[in-house]
Amino acid sequence: MSLYELVVEPFVSYGFMRRALIGCVALSLGSVPLGVLLIIRRMSLMGDAMAHAILPGAAVAFLFAGLSLWTMTIGGVVAGLTVALLAGLVSRMTPLREDASFAAFYLISLGLGVLLVSTRGSNVDIMHVLFGTVLALDDGSILLIAIVTSLTINVLAIIYRLLVAECFNPDFLRNVGGAGRAVHLVFLTLVVLNLVSGFQALGTLMVVGIMMLPAAAARFWSETIPGQFIVGVVIGIGSSLAGLLVSYHAHLPSSPAIILGAGTAYAISVLVGPRGSFLSQALHLPHLQR
Amino acid sequence: MKAPAIQFDDVTLAYRRHPAVHHLSGTFEPGSLTAIVGPNGAGKSTLIKAIIGAIRVDEGRIHVRDIDPRDIAYLPQQSELDRSFPMEVLDLVSMGLWRRVGPLRRIDGEHLDRAVEALAAVGLKDFERRAIGTLSGGQMQRVLFARMLLQDARILLLDEPFTAIDSRTTADLLELVQRWHGEGRTVVAVLHDLEIVRREMPNTLLLAREPVAWGPTAEALTAENLLLARQMSEATLEGAPVCRRAAA
Repeated sequence: MSLYELVVEPFVSYGFMRRALIGCVALSLGSVPLGVLLIIRRMSLMGDAMAHAILPGAAVAFLFAGLSLWTMTIGGVVAGLTVALLAGLVSRMTPLREDASFAAFYLISLGLGVLLVSTRGSNVDIMHVLFGTVLALDDGSILLIAIVTSLTINVLAIIYRLLVAECFNPDFLRNVGGAGRAVHLVFLTLVVLNLVSGFQALGTLMVVGIMMLPAAAARFWSETIPGQFIVGVVIGIGSSLAGLLVSYHAHLPSSPAIILGAGTAYAISVLVGPRGSFLSQALHLPHLQR
Repeated sequence: MKAPAIQFDDVTLAYRRHPAVHHLSGTFEPGSLTAIVGPNGAGKSTLIKAIIGAIRVDEGRIHVRDIDPRDIAYLPQQSELDRSFPMEVLDLVSMGLWRRVGPLRRIDGEHLDRAVEALAAVGLKDFERRAIGTLSGGQMQRVLFARMLLQDARILLLDEPFTAIDSRTTADLLELVQRWHGEGRTVVAVLHDLEIVRREMPNTLLLAREPVAWGPTAEALTAENLLLARQMSEATLEGAPVCRRAAA
């Protein structure tokens, strides 16, 4: 099999492969920078929590309107933001930390979501919501992902300096008059929007993978946030391409293949990345050599 | 430079719902250089955070008149900062340009020149592209002082600026503090080293959840006052009944 047949031909021959690639590239462009920021803000599991939290919203929308993209999107966004706001409120008003209150609310939300879907949907529907249908992206789904990605990149550009200051030194931001809480809320809204737009493509569980795995891997390649954005997005796009090709040639499900592609990039980064990987640490301990 | 005063009017502060500072009245005079001294848990950092508005004032009022909040520069304790944060030295120092560039305006060449100059002024020439995670404690403190230099504020609040810092760095940074004082800025620093306080700081607020003494350092830091501060701090119970003065 030639390189052309291996890499290019599947995308030239099949529209569904092209659509899947476009969707995943767009998702990577928007989601990975958010993942980088989530890791820096020590909120790595927040993406997972939010992905579960959007489920009941999507489920309620599904009960009323069936498998309608836009209704399920609105339902997911409302549910995700409600959980984010309630968790934030509880952590501010009580001694419970934000990560714990997020865990509590997303578990309640997930239970509610599964219950709602099971009252009317079939197992096939639940599998669709949980694991996505990247090879069956329609125009609406691609449009939604494109809108959310454009919005994410532009809003991030506007609030970037505020976000960094709020994360590194919140008292400094408060001192210079920056609206820390508002910035945090805008950031969480972007996370929810990206998860909701991504669940059509990869599913609620898998979309967190494309958000977090390239971001975690990028930490081993760059010591600046913009550097991690670039490396993470490249890994995200590379994983999407590799995952789709593996799924095509080996007849494997595409979403898990993409996530495992990103997982492979993460494992390589942990082992041999130039910043803090096992290899770089071993090479920087010359006093142990004789 | 005409620096404003910071005035406390019967101020009571709580930190995570526990009373931290009771009934503080007094003034950091314009252009003064004052140390805040006291045992651990005496409310020193809480007081500084209340001035910048990071902690709510439960009772009383803090007046900082005729001043833009951005004209107050705050140096946090190093333990409050994540040293693994992926950031270069120049980016951290450039935060001091906030008054000029805000959250949106572009940081241009002239701004960057100022940031590089500030770094050189604290002895960190050519450190611009170093990741902050690779700095020693002393170097990190120099970077934070460079950020304060760029802020060019009339009120400077420093929370334990010399804790766990080598003596050379401490001496260099103390020179900066004296320079700010000489320029007429109001400087308040939380300090633990009484020798530094006696040598360098003209005024001292001795705090033990309540003000024990406030005035010229020699008068405030007497052996009796220090003993009283320690006793008051040790005698404070978390489950103490409601303050009689407040209830009266």
